[in-house]
Amino acid sequence: MSLIINNIDHSFGAVRALQKINFEVGDGELFGLIGPDGAGKTTLFRVMASLLIPDAGFCSMHGHDVVKDYREVRKIIGYMPGRFSLYMDLSVEENLAFYARVFGTTVTENYDLIKDVYEQIAPFKKRLAGKLSGGMKQKLALSCALIHRPQILLLDEPTTGVDAVSRREFWDMLKDIQKQGITIVVSTPYMDEAEMCDRVALMQKGKLLDISDPSHPPKEEAQLLYSLQSSKGVYAYLDQIRRTKACRHAWLFGDQLHVTLRSEEDEAELRSIIDSWDDPSIKWKAIQPSIEDRFMGLMEQDGEEEFMKGEMN
Amino acid sequence: MNEVEHIIEVKDMVKNFGSFTANDRLSFHVEKGEIFGFLGANGAGKTTAIRILCGLSYPTSGEIQVAGHDVYREREKIKKKIGYMSQKFSLYEDLTVSENIRLYAGIYGMGRKQIASREEQLLDRLGISQIRNRLIREIPLGWKQKLAFSVAIFHQPAIVFLDEPTGGVDPVTRRQFWEMIHDATEEGITVFVTTHYMDEAEYCDRVSIMVDGRIDALDTPAALKQQFESENMNEVFLKLARR
Repeated sequence: MSLIINNIDHSFGAVRALQKINFEVGDGELFGLIGPDGAGKTTLFRVMASLLIPDAGFCSMHGHDVVKDYREVRKIIGYMPGRFSLYMDLSVEENLAFYARVFGTTVTENYDLIKDVYEQIAPFKKRLAGKLSGGMKQKLALSCALIHRPQILLLDEPTTGVDAVSRREFWDMLKDIQKQGITIVVSTPYMDEAEMCDRVALMQKGKLLDISDPSHPPKEEAQLLYSLQSSKGVYAYLDQIRRTKACRHAWLFGDQLHVTLRSEEDEAELRSIIDSWDDPSIKWKAIQPSIEDRFMGLMEQDGEEEFMKGEMN
Repeated sequence: MNEVEHIIEVKDMVKNFGSFTANDRLSFHVEKGEIFGFLGANGAGKTTAIRILCGLSYPTSGEIQVAGHDVYREREKIKKKIGYMSQKFSLYEDLTVSENIRLYAGIYGMGRKQIASREEQLLDRLGISQIRNRLIREIPLGWKQKLAFSVAIFHQPAIVFLDEPTGGVDPVTRRQFWEMIHDATEEGITVFVTTHYMDEAEYCDRVSIMVDGRIDALDTPAALKQQFESENMNEVFLKLARR
């Protein structure tokens, strides 16, 4: 195993940022951590990168304990934090040379590893990092995290706020890096990026909800999820569906509604309400849940309500 | 007539920064009460255009009217008629819920009495009266976002500009947020929104996609999917931006 996370717990004051987190990542795996802000993703990265000693639990990177053997750990990982990793007042090539020297290597020694990424920004190598566009900064930061040929690459939300095209390109780059035998752990708030990973862990509010392989989702025992589509648009139907007894919950999903029923027997009621709309353009069918459906099904329903209750007491 | 139907009217809008053309002869309109999605890659020129439409920056040339006012001569009038919310800047973390509402309402020139009664209504509607005296930094992110949106439309603007309003929130909160947007349009508010979530593009009445300073596509999501022979808006976006 490249990476072992065993019963990691960490709190900041009253906030339990990580609660009993357990998982392992295999050699050469591309592993995704998916969850909204406040899920604990960054805290977990800081533990893995040996920058934060957790309150409890054990974490090792290639057999090295992140607390006791932090010096070893730091040699074998590449860490690209969400916010800061580049020196904005150094040029592109100075940033890269700096990271190479810090890790006791040179830019030329591992150039083949970063070639494909770095060549895209090489025309701007004299430019200050602070003057680069978001997409170029991201490519430079990735180059810097790879320059010492790490065994494990840790990427904390590399695609947040990045447009759909650049995001796709970034994932293509990650796939290429994975082919070089590097294990990658990457976090993202975009659920649609889950399919790019070998396995994904869903996180919310410090808890690990689920780990699954996006290309082989676990078969649900009962088929309760349906999608609805209409050429008239589906928003107008949302309220009516929600008022149906059969409906556990219903949400907009792109140009569809995703409706989860309470039990398999409820399909008849769904059918009859759809028929009553007399909209011939309606298409509806049972579907397998996507990662986003799974997340919404598993997530702690309305932590906000909990917060409000706490306020009332 | 035009002013009634078209809440934003843009004709040949150009914005140059030195030799760089950030907005290259943009022409489009936004209809009153619609949800208008303003999409594009990073660096395509969206922020530049939004700043002009909000009266924060002058265009180099072009004829632009927002809520019936000219962006060269009537910027202060425009500012009073619009609301603005982004993921990065919305509420003051070190002020309370109530203080944020009153601060923004005051900036927009609302009277004390009106503020007080509408504040009650808003807190009631959101069901958060009991946290009115809590600091913004203490309340959950999902609530912050809903409140930020409510504050942005508190003065009942003609148009609200939402710049990546849903970044970082969980999928349920993101959807609740869009339901709030729909409700706002039912009150006659026009919504001008940017996002990187392509499923959210489907929730818009019409969507424009900017590439390299130009608008390369503008239509309803259904028509765009048909035009680009795509299953979803993500595919449309990828096809356009890679063309």
